[in-house]
Amino acid sequence: MLNKDFKRLVLILLFAPFALWISLLIILPHIGMVALSLREKVAPRVYEFSFANYLDFINEPIYWNTLLRTGSMSLLVTALALLIGFPIAYYIAKLAGNRTRGALFLLCLVPLWVSDLIRAFGWILLLRETGVVSSVLQWSGLVQGPVELLYNDVTVIVGLVYTVMLFMIVPLVSTLDGMDNAMIEAGYNLGGNGFTVLRRIIVPYAMPGIVAGCIVVFMLTAGSYLTPILLGGKNSSWFTEQIYNQFITRFNWEAGAAFGMLLLLFTSIVIWLGLKLSGQTLSNTIAKS
Amino acid sequence: MTNAPLYDLECIRLSKSFGALRAVDDVSFDIPSGSFFSILGPSGCGKTTLMRMIAGFEEPSGGDIRIKGNSVLGTPPNRRNVKMVFQHLALFPMMNVYENIAYGLRCNGMAGAEIERRVRDVLDRIALPDVAGREIHQLSGGQKQRIAIARCMVLDPDVLLLDEPLGALDLKLREAMKIELKLLQHQFDTTFIYITHDQSEALVMSDRVAVMNEGRFEQIGTPQDLYHRPDTAFVAGFVGDSNRWSGRVRSSDATGGRAETAQGLEIVFMSSAGQVPADGTNVEIFVRPEFIHTTRKSAAKDDAAAADNRMDGVVDSLLFNGANSRVLVRSANGELIEADVTLTGKDDLAPGEEVSLSWSSAQAMCFASGKTG
Repeated sequence: MLNKDFKRLVLILLFAPFALWISLLIILPHIGMVALSLREKVAPRVYEFSFANYLDFINEPIYWNTLLRTGSMSLLVTALALLIGFPIAYYIAKLAGNRTRGALFLLCLVPLWVSDLIRAFGWILLLRETGVVSSVLQWSGLVQGPVELLYNDVTVIVGLVYTVMLFMIVPLVSTLDGMDNAMIEAGYNLGGNGFTVLRRIIVPYAMPGIVAGCIVVFMLTAGSYLTPILLGGKNSSWFTEQIYNQFITRFNWEAGAAFGMLLLLFTSIVIWLGLKLSGQTLSNTIAKS
Repeated sequence: MTNAPLYDLECIRLSKSFGALRAVDDVSFDIPSGSFFSILGPSGCGKTTLMRMIAGFEEPSGGDIRIKGNSVLGTPPNRRNVKMVFQHLALFPMMNVYENIAYGLRCNGMAGAEIERRVRDVLDRIALPDVAGREIHQLSGGQKQRIAIARCMVLDPDVLLLDEPLGALDLKLREAMKIELKLLQHQFDTTFIYITHDQSEALVMSDRVAVMNEGRFEQIGTPQDLYHRPDTAFVAGFVGDSNRWSGRVRSSDATGGRAETAQGLEIVFMSSAGQVPADGTNVEIFVRPEFIHTTRKSAAKDDAAAADNRMDGVVDSLLFNGANSRVLVRSANGELIEADVTLTGKDDLAPGEEVSLSWSSAQAMCFASGKTG
């Protein structure tokens, strides 16, 4: 009897930090955000329940255009990260020797040791008008005047792909690692060529890892703030910037909260669609890697 | 080349080196159409490398591989009509049974209706007509085995390679699958090459067996040949159980001789594999437990005439295993000798009894030692 109570106590103690974190920092703030987003300021310090903030969003094309732009660029970043990350992950998991594998994995991790901010400044250092790339191009005579490589969409995408690459590679390596090499050999042995083996065997096998990586990367990209602002400047029109502006610049917490909820809703719908299309579930993708 | 079409597979002076290690060393053999051929050897003897070369996953360092008379060197694995059943089967878990079997046919660009017909046909032949819609993880071990074979056989290969596929099964199922594999081979009438380290699998199923050691073939022959007329000490020791003595030849002539073991036991042997070691050479002598007769010392010595080797000893212990029971006899020199006995459950030998062992010199296989190192 005592033993049973003791076990229950241990369970509660172990679970407590997680429960506190989830309830105080995730659930409670979100309830607050929903409540905040559903009221409208009618007079100073006088609020009433309304959907005005959401209606504002729908009636003002710049808002939902920004959201759609953020969403589509995030999808592009996710696709690029997958295209670049898959061969790297395949090399690390299947082709590299045991010792190189560890070294390569470590190399992928190294950028994480430096803060986001520093890495973004690294890109700025390279790409600004007086930066390294511009200087080299001028010195080699390929261009006449200084070139500004910052503050355009391509730079934002490159920067984002670079930032999130690791989160694509890790789940891919872990699923590909679990794949028996004999399965690839069987694919060839039964008459498949390289493309067939990739399409019919390797990719379907790695699907949970691909979906897990894509979900994480998409969420991180759509919710990122620093990289689009620093590399894209005023032109970036990232949705998180809109949220920031509502909260901080315009001090319109109600609209900011509504935008925050809309971003959450939007990314959730995209991920739900992605899961439906790929025939995967959250439990066999994110939960496994 | 008149006999070329008779052989499904020929390997000619095949070798493979990994750095300084010669994994497969000058191996030549040919396999007649429709036979069950086993390659038997301890782990690390190069048998898997040999198989991977035949399948095309490794490029040989030297020699030639011919399938149906045509060299396949330089042909990629997906273009060879050699299919392989992998050690852990390597069924595709993301496809169901039907898709697993259809995979190879789809790779060949076959039409859907024809695929359907062939898959149904092969499932009928392996006696699993109702599993087409099942997922791989829903199958039992034996069913997976048969699906893995069906997946290859549906492509009508010239040669089917099997890489120790029974290793993962439990004992009862393994015994059943041995018989089943043999039946499947008869039914499909295709050449099977079976790789194993388990001598009983090789002996039970094969038409011919090659014993492989350290990258070389020690002997190729029927299971009976290998068992009763081994060419080398390695084959004698590896195939079947044996009592093994090291000794030195005291005297010998054309038909046999007399050797003395290190412990001072004298053994009469007959020439085996057509060779008689000269006087004074070090030899290894093998006697199989089933050829040693154990009789109570008190009993009548009527069979003494037939057996020219005799030894007295004391029963050390009985190893009861039904029909395969053995008795361990400690000889006067202190060594332990294994002999097969029939235990009836009534009036059996008991530990501590004095017995006399006898065997015919014809059953004492003698090989000059050092030959196999």
